[in-house]
Formats: sequence, C-alpha cells, structure tokens
Amino acid sequence: MRCRFCLMNYEITIGLEMHVQLKTASKMFCGCATAFGAPPNTQVCPVCLGLPGVLPVINAEAVRKTILTGLMLEARIAGHSKFDRKNYYYPDMPKNYQISQYDLPLCLGGALELDYGFVDLKRWGEKKRIGIARVHLEEDVGKLTHFAGDSGVDFNRAGVPLMEIVSEPDLGSPDEAYAFLAALKEVLIEGGVSDCDMEKGQVRCDVNVSVRPREQKEFGAKIEIKNMNTFSGVRAALKYEVQRQVRALDRGEKLAQETRRWDDARGATEPMRTKEFAHDYRYFPEPDLLPIQPARDWVEKQRAGLPELPAARRARLARQYALGHYDAAMLGGSAALARYFEETAQHVRNAKAVANWVINDLQRQLVAAKLDASRSPVPPRALAELVSLVEAQTISGTTAREVFAEMFASGKSAGAIVAEKGLARIRDETQIEKWCAEAIAANAKIVADLRGGKRAALNALKGQVMKLSRGQADAAQVETVLKRQLGLEG
Amino acid sequence: MSWNQLTIHEARQKLARREISARELAEATLERIRAVEPKIQAFVHLDEADLRAQADEADAERRSGASAERKPLLGIPVAVKDLIAVQGQPCGCCSKILSGYISPYDATVVEKLRAAGAVIFGRLNMDEFAMGSSTENSAIQVTRNPWDLERIPGGSSGGSAAAVAAAEALAALGSDTGGSIRQPAAMVGCVGIKPSYGRVSRYGLVAFASSLDQIGHFAKDTRDAAIVLGVIAGHDPRDSTSVNEPVADYEDALQGGVKGMKLGLPKEYFVEGMDKEVEAAVRAAVEKYRELGAQILEISLPHTDYAVAVYYIIATAEASANLARFDGVRYGLRVEGADPIEMYNRTRGAGFGAEVKRRIILGTYVLSGGYYDAYYLRAQKVRTLIRNDFLNAFQKCDAILTPTAPTAAFKIGEKTEDPLQMYLSDVFTISCNLAGLCGISIPCGFTKNPKLPIGLQILGKPFDEATILRVAHAYEQATDWHRQRAPL
Repeated sequence: MRCRFCLMNYEITIGLEMHVQLKTASKMFCGCATAFGAPPNTQVCPVCLGLPGVLPVINAEAVRKTILTGLMLEARIAGHSKFDRKNYYYPDMPKNYQISQYDLPLCLGGALELDYGFVDLKRWGEKKRIGIARVHLEEDVGKLTHFAGDSGVDFNRAGVPLMEIVSEPDLGSPDEAYAFLAALKEVLIEGGVSDCDMEKGQVRCDVNVSVRPREQKEFGAKIEIKNMNTFSGVRAALKYEVQRQVRALDRGEKLAQETRRWDDARGATEPMRTKEFAHDYRYFPEPDLLPIQPARDWVEKQRAGLPELPAARRARLARQYALGHYDAAMLGGSAALARYFEETAQHVRNAKAVANWVINDLQRQLVAAKLDASRSPVPPRALAELVSLVEAQTISGTTAREVFAEMFASGKSAGAIVAEKGLARIRDETQIEKWCAEAIAANAKIVADLRGGKRAALNALKGQVMKLSRGQADAAQVETVLKRQLGLEG
Repeated sequence: MSWNQLTIHEARQKLARREISARELAEATLERIRAVEPKIQAFVHLDEADLRAQADEADAERRSGASAERKPLLGIPVAVKDLIAVQGQPCGCCSKILSGYISPYDATVVEKLRAAGAVIFGRLNMDEFAMGSSTENSAIQVTRNPWDLERIPGGSSGGSAAAVAAAEALAALGSDTGGSIRQPAAMVGCVGIKPSYGRVSRYGLVAFASSLDQIGHFAKDTRDAAIVLGVIAGHDPRDSTSVNEPVADYEDALQGGVKGMKLGLPKEYFVEGMDKEVEAAVRAAVEKYRELGAQILEISLPHTDYAVAVYYIIATAEASANLARFDGVRYGLRVEGADPIEMYNRTRGAGFGAEVKRRIILGTYVLSGGYYDAYYLRAQKVRTLIRNDFLNAFQKCDAILTPTAPTAAFKIGEKTEDPLQMYLSDVFTISCNLAGLCGISIPCGFTKNPKLPIGLQILGKPFDEATILRVAHAYEQATDWHRQRAPL
C-alpha cells in the first residue's frame, strides 16, 4: 500500500505545545542565574531548591516578555491573571508542585501565519493562519541524568522561566507543523524573548495528532508525541505517526488516545513505557503570590514598542521594492540583513539588482565568515557604489564579483579597487580592434565555422576576445567590431 | 530574683545600666533551663555554646557603643519555635522527616531580631508541622504545662508558650495558623500575639497553610509583646504576601486607655456548653473594661459556625501541597526504595506522624478532580463571608473581646483519641486567621481547682495591632494576672 494515496482519503489534525525558556537574567521566582552550561547545582538557592520555609517572588521581566509574546501573536492580554499550583511528584520537582497558570493565563487567543516558504523555497508568500489557544508562564523543572546504578538531579534548570504556547489544532500536515515552528521561532527571536536554541534545551515541543477519514465528522483518537529534540525531528515524528495511524485505520484497526515517544535513532514512535499515572493535578490558586493585573496603558506602551515582525517585514519589502516573494523572504528573514538591504537600496535605483547582490554574494561571504549583516566589512554605501558601477556598465557583472570578493577581504572601496587594478570596462576602439584582430588570427577554425554558417561560433570568438581582454572589453562593442572585421552583416 | 524572671523592658534597662551583662542573662537562662526542663520539656534542641557566643558578642557591642535606639533588643535572649529557619541550626518542625536537616539560611524575622541585637537560641517543641492544639503531635517529646505537669501547654506552639511561662526565655517566637499562639498563651497564662496576615514576613517559616500562617510571639506582658512586634513587623520583598504598611511604634501605642472605646462581644461566642469558669473569667474581664470606661456592644458574627469546617478544608488543602516537598530527594529523612515512587512512599510513611498524614489525605481529597468546586472553592467563598462578618462588626466597634479557648488546659492524652474533639478547641481562634485579622491573648484569671490559667482574646482590624495592644495593656495595668508565676 503506497501511503501517498492513502493520505488523500484522510484528514490530518495536528496541534502543538511549545515550552520556551525565556531570555531573562534570573529565574522565574528567585534571583539565581539562568546561564546554560554551569556545573550541576551551582545556580541554585533555597527558593529554587524548595527548602523548607522559602517563598517565590515573581520575575517581572518574565511577565513582560510573556505579554510581549502575546502581543506579537495577536492574543488578548488578560486584565486579571494568576498563578496556580500544579501538583505532581517527580524527582526533578523541588516542591512536587510546579507554579504554573491554569484557568487565568496571561494571554488568551491569538494567531500566527505560517509561510510555506519555510518548507519549500518556491512557495514563499503562500500563507496559512494558525490559531493560538493561549500563552502562559510557569517555572521549569530540574534535569535528571541516569547513571549506572542510580540517577542524579541537577536543579540549575529548576525555576527557569518557561513560557508555554499552545496552538489550536489547525495544522494539517507535518510540513505545516514545521513551517509553524519556524514562523514562531523567528517571532520569538525578533522579539528578544528567547534564542530558541533547541540544542541548549531552550525550546521543547510536544505534538498531538489525530487522523480521520475525510467523510467522518468526529475527530479521530488524539495521540500525543513527546521527546522530539529538533524541528526536523518534530516533522519526522509526525510523518511517521501519520503513516502509522493511516495504515492502522486502513487495516480496520481502532486507535485509542495515548502518549507515544519519538525515538530519533530508530525513526519511529513507540508507546511510552514510563508509569504515567492519570494526572489529576489538583490545581488551586498559588496562595504565596498576588494576581497580575497589567495596566491597560502599560500594555499599550508595550504594543507600541514592538519590533517589526519578520512576516510583516517580508510583505513590506516585497511591496515597497517591488520584489518577488522569494527575494523578500531571503532579505526579510533577519532584521539586520533587511536593514542592510534597505540602506543600500537608498543609493541605487535598481532594487532588484541590490537584492541579488545581498542575497547571493553578500550572504555567501557573511555566512562563510560567520558574520551578521550589521558587522559586514562591506558597508551598505560601499555595496551601493559597486552596484552603481555595474548599472553604469563601467564594469561587467563578472568583474564585479571579483571586485566584491576583494572588497570583503580588504575593506577597500569598489572605486579604489577598479582604479588600482584597471578593471574598468574597456571601450577603447583601437584596443578592441587590436584584440579582435588577434583573436581572428589565432582561431582560424572558429572563423571557418562562422563563415560556414555556424552563428554560435561568433560567441566562441567573442569569448576569445574577452579572454584576451581579461573580461574587460565591452561585449557589445566586441561583437560589433568582430562582425565588421569579418565582413558579416549586423 | 533570678534575671530570667525579668521582663524584656526590665532586662534591657538593667543591661543599659550595666547592672547585668548579656552573658549573665544567658547564664541565668541556661541555669533555669537546666532546673526546669526535666519537668517541662519545652526545648528539642539547645546550642549552649552558640548562645554564650552571641551573648558575649552583644556585650562587646554594648561596650563599643551600640545604642539602645539602634538595637532595641541588644543582649535579650529570644527562643524559636522549631519551624522557623535559623542558619546553622536544625529546623525539624518536630518531625522525623526532617531529621538531620540544618537550615542554611535565616528567616527574615531572625535577621530582623539579630539586627536588633537579640540573642537567638533554642528550638522549641511543637505539634509536628504545626498541626495540633496540644503539642502532643510532636514526634520528639511531650511538653508539659508549667501550671500542672499532667496537662498540655496548648498547641501547636506549646514549647514556646511553656518556655516563656516557665521563665526559660524572655520571649519566644511561635506561629499561628488557627490559634497556635493564642490558645497556648491562654493555656499557660502569658501574652501571645498573632499579627495580621501580611504584617510579619513568612520567609523562613516552614509553611503549613500559606494563606493562614503568621509568625508571632509569646511574652510575659503587653509591653514586651509590643517591643518584639516592632522589631519583627514590616514588609519583606522576599514575601509577596507581606504588606507595605508602615510599622507603628507599638510601645508608644500602649498608652491611652480604653475610655470611650467600643468593644464588641460576639453573641455566637458565648454559647451553651461553655466551661463555666472560663465564661465567668471572661465576663469579669468585660466588666473590668466597663469600669475602665469602654463601651461594650453586642455584635453578631453570623457565619461563626462554619469557621472550623472552612478552616480544615483550606488549611489541609494548602498543607497537602506545602508538605509535598518532603520526599527524601534533597534533604531530611530518606528511606530507600526500588524506584522514586517507592522511595517517596517509604520516606513519607516513616517520616510523617498520624495527624500530619490525616491532614495531607484530607487536603488532597478536597482538591481532587470532581471535589474542588464542592469543597475548596466553596470553603473560600464562605471564608469571604466570615471575613465580611468581621469587617462589618469593625464598623461598629474598635476591637472584639472573646474567650481564647473554650476550656482551660486539658490533661495529656485526654483528647488524642478523637481528632475532631481536638479541632474544636480552636473554635474561638480560628476565624481570626480566616479573616486575616490580628489577635492577642492575655491572662484574665484562673480556674479554681486545679489552678489553671484562663485567657481573654482581643481581636482587631487588619493592621490595627496598635489598638489591640492598647486594649490589652489597659486591662493588664488594672489587674495582676500577668504577674503570677507558675509554681515550678
């Protein structure tokens, strides 16, 4: 059975839950540092260790960043929000309850548009609006490590502010899930909320997926998948799971709600073996903390201070500079690159030409040198100068590429390099006559072909002239002179 | 007279005049402890060397010029209930589950007392995790009432109360969640004060019921109580439930008398089946207030009957979560198991006493799925009604007078068979915690035979400690119950 065809008979419903570590200097309820990589149990204090007698104190910056995220995701910011205790036992839990938010989260509702360009470069600009159910704030737990005979807990991570973002089940495919995650990541980075480095554990993602025959109205069994460590892992897990569920339904099996674990090494999901007790979290309002009631005018001030989001930037660049979706996407992904492009484009009329230079030559060099556009050794004005030279036909495109490489390496200006190396396009009639004559003389075979009617041979001859001129001869002129010297019509 | 029989205000005068030294005061304390502890058993831990060292330091500071204004308690020994964190000292809450645990930090109140020059010493006996009304639930030992060694000193701060009543300490910190300072104070015949919720920082107080707990203290008289309150009260950024209310000069506020003040008597507190002697003593106190010029009003607190039920739902719910951290993973007792769950079960099974387990189970139940609305949520709503009863009453009166406890001290073992009977001994004190008010218990008489103290409770508006201290002081100045000492 080939799954491609099976899939067409089924409707896929996917929802995501992301846990994002907020980029704050200190933990959610105490002043401990949140830096990654410290030796175990060195970034701890009585509060985040849950010692007898301690009390939590709210990290205001974590609240602000959560509200900022809600604003960026078009959510409603609650006028009255509170923390609740989520009660369950586990060795990585200092208090055996987690301070979280249950029924009055900081942000409710919202939406984020994913762009299919994240999964297919040719589809930039093709969007889908995905609902956000809620964004709330809680504290992270410690980290368990299993050794030969026993286990250890590192509480450095316990108490780090964690923002939970729950999507509506609006995603219809593993690719959409991937694109959604990518879209969310760029928003969170742009907002300075998190660096979203999954390798450092800054983002954790759980998904749930159900499959049903297209005609069926009720949703199929909702199956949760945990333990994916990268966005690609999420997509791979979903692809596998969708296939598995479709095959099962095709075989006439009934699927039951369950939680499964993604095994990246095996490339498969498996039922979770851990003793997961039916979770009655016995939520009740956290009595040690006061409710949060953000003032409306403060919230509006936060909204006014929001940066331009990547999707909006892409759309604006496309519109403002008459660029295609792909170009706008390549330029708009990073604020620094977009800023670079826009500054350069101020000095050159041909925005498309600037776009090409930034997307190709500049980006390539920046990536190789591991530099951000804001630290480019070629400043915008310098690139503008180069592009202008090409536009004015002073140098050829090929020459310009070499010049740019030199500019990047040396920091010299285009003008300086062109002058130094005498790279300006040569239009000197006499010189071109000389080179054409030389080429004709040296390439009797090509000339013969040309006289024999092979028009393509003209390009080969032109190429020889260009070689002699080291690419600097004006191509149009060369063609004219060659034809004249050979006695051909124009 | 032995220095430990002094009040704080007397002792600090003598210290200031160099009539005695802090070291001498400490030695007198230790001598008294040696003499009476075999009978009283108030202390579960005593670091003598540390006490002496602190006293010596206080003397050195005084010699170098530390003045009384900056350090109002310089050299005064203050003992601590076993659930308040003192750096370097065990913080066992009189429970097996915290065996071996030494606190690495000081509670805010301890920091404040130290900054005021106090000498912090001892760990005082209590009902395990503050759950009890007689100190019989301590996993360590039974404390005896200095007035009758066969009787309980009250609870849960029984050790603190007994220590002050037996002159083993000039003052002792306790905690009060449903009456755990006021009721023992009444049982042993000393002053016990529970500040308003939010008046004193809870940082460093091992939590029982987070929305009800407050640290308070025991002292020989109202002036001492006022002095200590002035030191421990105040906003603490480490406690989000502490309030930024200015701290009054409580000692100053003692003066003024009660002439023209309106004192309320809640009719629901004077019911059938009250102990006749308790009722008589309290009514006599009311008469004394009339004599002193106060106006007595009858008031009604209609939701009084629900208080005990509401309390035992809310307090146990919060406690079930607060005590979840005692699991053998990071500190205290650990009984090994094949996996974490087994380790939890064995550790908590062995570490907690019966009353603690009872309350954890009850608290877990009222929060569980399907029951939250019917129990916890409903109890919180009734709590609002109880609080409103008081706020309405305070529109008409400045303070409220009630008996502190329905009986005088009962015998050790008398109520341990029926937990519910034990719960009912808090009936007069419990509403105060639910409503967040301040309350003080002062001695107002004795039963005839045996001679056992009887306590009068004065309840005040939130953050109106000055008024209840003033009302208490006026009565105290007109009587001498507070000067009577247990015949040890």
